[in-house]
Amino acid sequence: MSAISHAERSRLEKKYPEVFQQNFLQRWGLPVGLGITLVYLVFCWFFFNVGPALQNGKWDRAAIYVQDWYSWRAQPRLRFEDGKVVPQWSSRGQYPADADIDWLTPHDDGSMTATFDSDDRLEITTNRVDVYIDGVAYPVTITPEAAVAPADLPGAMVQDREKVLVNFGFAGQAEIRSNQVYVQRRFLGWANFLYDPRSPLWGNDLFSSIGLIFSGERVNPDKSNAQMVLDEWLGNRAWQHGDILAKLMQTLVMAFVGTLFATLVAFPLAFIAARNITLNGTANWLMKRTFDFLRSIDMLIWALFFTRGFGPGPIPGIAAIFFTDTGALGKVYAEALENVDDKQREGMKSVGASPAAVNRYGVVPQVLPVFVSQSLYFWESNTRSATIIGAVGAGGIGLKLLEAMGTNSDWDKVAYMVLLILFVVFLFDNISTAIRSRLIGPSSH
Amino acid sequence: MADLSEPNGLSPSSALLLRHYRSQVFIRRIYSVIGVVLVLVALGAAMNFANAANSGKFFERIPYMFDFLKNFVPNDPLEIFRAMFDLESPYYDGSQKFDYTSERHYIAGGLYIPNFIYQLIITVNIAIVSTIIGGGLAFLLCFFAATNLVGAGPVRWIVRRIMEVFRAFPEIVIAGLLTAVLSIGPIAAIAAVSLHTIGALGKLFFEVVENADMKPEEGLRSVGANWLERVRFAIVPQVMPNFVSYALLRTEINVRASTIIGAVGGGGIGEVFRLSIGRDHAAKTYAIIILLLITIVCIDQFSGWLRRRLVGNQSFELGRGAA
Repeated sequence: MSAISHAERSRLEKKYPEVFQQNFLQRWGLPVGLGITLVYLVFCWFFFNVGPALQNGKWDRAAIYVQDWYSWRAQPRLRFEDGKVVPQWSSRGQYPADADIDWLTPHDDGSMTATFDSDDRLEITTNRVDVYIDGVAYPVTITPEAAVAPADLPGAMVQDREKVLVNFGFAGQAEIRSNQVYVQRRFLGWANFLYDPRSPLWGNDLFSSIGLIFSGERVNPDKSNAQMVLDEWLGNRAWQHGDILAKLMQTLVMAFVGTLFATLVAFPLAFIAARNITLNGTANWLMKRTFDFLRSIDMLIWALFFTRGFGPGPIPGIAAIFFTDTGALGKVYAEALENVDDKQREGMKSVGASPAAVNRYGVVPQVLPVFVSQSLYFWESNTRSATIIGAVGAGGIGLKLLEAMGTNSDWDKVAYMVLLILFVVFLFDNISTAIRSRLIGPSSH
Repeated sequence: MADLSEPNGLSPSSALLLRHYRSQVFIRRIYSVIGVVLVLVALGAAMNFANAANSGKFFERIPYMFDFLKNFVPNDPLEIFRAMFDLESPYYDGSQKFDYTSERHYIAGGLYIPNFIYQLIITVNIAIVSTIIGGGLAFLLCFFAATNLVGAGPVRWIVRRIMEVFRAFPEIVIAGLLTAVLSIGPIAAIAAVSLHTIGALGKLFFEVVENADMKPEEGLRSVGANWLERVRFAIVPQVMPNFVSYALLRTEINVRASTIIGAVGGGGIGEVFRLSIGRDHAAKTYAIIILLLITIVCIDQFSGWLRRRLVGNQSFELGRGAA
């Protein structure tokens, strides 16, 4: 914007003094506010010890956790037994007992090759492990006491007391000990997502499963293939689809039943709390304070309380949502009732209607869309918060999430549940928005 | 009300009108009945499911509901205040249950902050810091999500999706991942609550921006102001009161959120609360509940007062807005 002349400037200054002569707060309020905020953030940086915490954080671990979200690890222990190398799988059953694994090849002399990359592999015998990194071999000698690496080690190999650690990056890592080699081999994607190795359908991918449903021989003569595919998928022991879906269902049920009950109870109570409908001031005041009380005790506290009463599961979740939402919805409803147009009530009174009829025909039609829309709104937001109260013991997928995170190794399952939650939340958001906009028009929300 | 039951004696057009009205009412009632029946069936099925999935059955457990409270009667009401202010307890028997004094946080000499109040300060600070961080980022993002400022381009679409994901992403997962990396402490809680705040406030903010009066913007456009100047001088002054009001509302919600995150490993009062409930420390539990209630009511009242001064009484929903 170009400059203006001095005369013009003084004319404007005279005409609009309030624009040019602001008081201190108007002129400096923004920078002062920003300054205070900045000082406060700096204070918090030290108050919460952010610097040292970030420094001491195990960020390499974070990278591994995040890799676990989208990848899968095979973790065999290759044990040395009587001159032979024998793979032993963890209890999660990652491969069936006699599987033909393309990256782990046994040889006739009892030795074994674990391939990580074209140039990276392990040649394992019981007295010596050849580690190939970028095509160069580093022989590790195995004695009854320790695994000893050669002197000139590359950065990917570390001698850690009596064991040798090898890091192949994303492809995996190995830990060479005197009696076994512990191998972690990482693959992109979620393995065994459809069926676990003990299932008769193991090895089928999505398309072959669909093919199996619509054509093909019965795998199990007692069941149809569709039933079989569903049962095996839900019963997947590694991924626990059945359990996770049941827990997700619990979360949805908690939000639905809790909000619905809260709506049903808050609806009549709000008429008592509304000053224009119930003319008794004491009753209004008592009802409003009851709502305040129900609302101000947090959902978390209600959840903990009811978990003690009913034991973990969806009932405490329902009760917690019901109690807090009765308070919240009651308040909103009472406010809506106090804002109704009096003309319709007067019209009803003028034709001699009973108090019940006045409310039924003079008030309810005005507020019903607002009530339903508010309840839908709470339903939607409770679908989200029910995940969290699950974590303090109120059942639902929150508990499952916390369990999976607690093990620190099931991050792929965490990712799976998060995706499910995101999907369900979006779905319910859209359903509730669609109903709301049909009720009260698309403009308001 | 007029008696509508007898169409006899009406003119043919009125009778037709009446018949039409009745059929409309009939269809409407059918829909209502179907709707109610559907909701009831869903409710019944849901409750059945909930009861079956719960570890204690509803009707069996109802008589024992208040056992928890009975177990939690402190030996003497004063005990609650001793716990709250870390005073010495006459019941001290060497166990943690009545050991209050060892939890004091000394500042200088004999001056100390009681542990629960210290934890509460941490929790409230977590809430304020995450509102500042999340609100600041939401403020920067919201102008890119508003149709009236950026049109309906890919930028708007991406920003809105980012906000949606932040809003719906379970906070405990972010907190859990960060506690695994940084060990238990408030930073995980701050990160989790901040991310959620970006999504929740961002949505409210861009809706305010979309409702802003565009005339000042046109005025600035007509003198050749660029996009940044138009946003700064035409939009921001209009929306600021509403933004601040929503941010205050969010601070309230975030105090609750950081309490919950604390209970799953984010530090602060939520964590000591969970521990004291788990270990049946009656007086301590009551002390924390009372402290939490006082805090939440105070913040409610203060921010309600401030919001009324900023935007007046209108647009005053309870503001679980995009919680």
